[in-house]
Amino acid sequence: MKVLVAVKRVVDYKVQIRVKSDNSGVETQNVKMSVNPPDENAIEEAVKLKEQGLASETIAVSIGDEKSQDVLRTSMAMGIDKSILVKTQNTLEPLAVAKTLMKLIEKENPDLVLMGKQAIDDDSNQTGQILSALLKWPQGCFISNLKIEGNKVSISREIDEGIENLETRLPAVLTCDLRLNTPRFASLPNIMKAKKKPLDIIDIDSLGVDTTPRIKTLKVIEPPKRKAGVMVSDVKELVKKLKYEAKVI
Amino acid sequence: MAVLVIAEHDNSNLKSSTLNTITAAKKLSDDIHLFILGSNIGELTNKSKDIHFLSKVIKCDNEKLKNFLPELSAPLISNLAENYSHILAPASTFGKNLLPRVSALLDITQISDVIDIVSNDTFVRPIYAGNAISQVQTNQKINLLTIRPTSFEKSEDSGGDASIEEIPFVDTDLKTIFINREVSKSDRPELGNARIVVSGGRGLENSDNFKLLYELADKLNAAVGASRAAVDSGYIGNEYQVGQTGKMVAPELYIAVGISGAIQHLAGMKESKVIVAINKDLEAPIFNVADYGLSSDLFQAIPEIIKELDLLNQIES
Repeated sequence: MKVLVAVKRVVDYKVQIRVKSDNSGVETQNVKMSVNPPDENAIEEAVKLKEQGLASETIAVSIGDEKSQDVLRTSMAMGIDKSILVKTQNTLEPLAVAKTLMKLIEKENPDLVLMGKQAIDDDSNQTGQILSALLKWPQGCFISNLKIEGNKVSISREIDEGIENLETRLPAVLTCDLRLNTPRFASLPNIMKAKKKPLDIIDIDSLGVDTTPRIKTLKVIEPPKRKAGVMVSDVKELVKKLKYEAKVI
Repeated sequence: MAVLVIAEHDNSNLKSSTLNTITAAKKLSDDIHLFILGSNIGELTNKSKDIHFLSKVIKCDNEKLKNFLPELSAPLISNLAENYSHILAPASTFGKNLLPRVSALLDITQISDVIDIVSNDTFVRPIYAGNAISQVQTNQKINLLTIRPTSFEKSEDSGGDASIEEIPFVDTDLKTIFINREVSKSDRPELGNARIVVSGGRGLENSDNFKLLYELADKLNAAVGASRAAVDSGYIGNEYQVGQTGKMVAPELYIAVGISGAIQHLAGMKESKVIVAINKDLEAPIFNVADYGLSSDLFQAIPEIIKELDLLNQIES
């Protein structure tokens, strides 16, 4: 079984982001960038499948500028075998990302595609679902448990009501929840080893995908700030304020 | 042109997220159609035609649609798409699972998690866990939107008189088998919909201590929520998680107990009208968004609050 993992480079989740003063977007220059957190879960799962002898090869793919090589090196330091960067200077919409991934899937023929359930920058939560529909492969979204036996895939999905259990067949597209596993830290020897693993760079234009944006961002603004609150001295005062000032109880 | 709303339901009742989504649709058109895909939904369809603002209810009723597998629903929706200027679904795990497939079938970019509608082609959505707000415009022939339920009021479920249309089920070859849903039963109000939410974090220390929170929630007729830290530590189930990767809530009162207030948690609750934070760590970022902060040991504070609430009730009765 060959596993392909899609990885996005995003502003690190611990960074307090800043809206650009011209309201054109969010500042991403000179900000710490990392692997999109749920994509790390996808990497971890692929590496585990390899360690269990279920996956024969694992490939990480990222779409972005030159700098996205760093998230691919991180993926390989965590144990991914090889990686591909699809180079573009533009920000792609989920539909274009899925179409680009589809082109690579036609070339690489993986049996399983894993990715995070959403990217923590644009919070779209679409790419896996779109890819599954384009490929006509089964879809498993927001998974927190995965078991593969031969061709059979058993998953648990995190839904608003609790957990949904499904059974399906390979090939499939699965999107990972943060609770699927605990991503490992790359050890120093593995970081060194990852530098020698193959990383192919291809230009997005060579894939012949229409990536023209369909959506125009008019402006990006700061969210409204909440008014500063007050500290109360004890429970009596708190309950009194909630009852007679805020009138919510 | 008409607007199509995809209903979220359990084959017997609509989820309240559907009513929020209908209110959003009202900002786009006076001709709103509700599409219910499910199994044994005759009664549900009949009830739904009373919803205020609806002009038509379309149903597709088939045993195979019982468990809402998106592979089966998406083609049925895209087949209807050409009649509509906009197709809306709630931005719940139901809508998030389904609508991007329609986007693929129609070759239209979807706009996720809309919190405001400026005009028929301009929409507002949060990005970066709500730390920035983006206004976007599209000129695609059909607009696909998922709607954040807490950003729109619920429409009235009475006073309307919609017509009913049935469309035939068209099967899709599918290898996925539904096994089951593990749903926790609770008499408390639904988290996404409750007037008051009492949420617990890692400060609760274990699942047994969450009972204290349940007691407070029941006193206030509140729903229970949790931070990711509490869910990951196994104190409570994932369906209670509030935050960027969990549920979005915007109740009138949100009481955060033993929650430090990571950006990702704030993303899910900072639209609440009144926020109370109870935490012994005065430096906890949750105090920055709280209207009322109490720096105290929660194991003392919660029983005291319950006692005070009992006293209030006695005075009133």
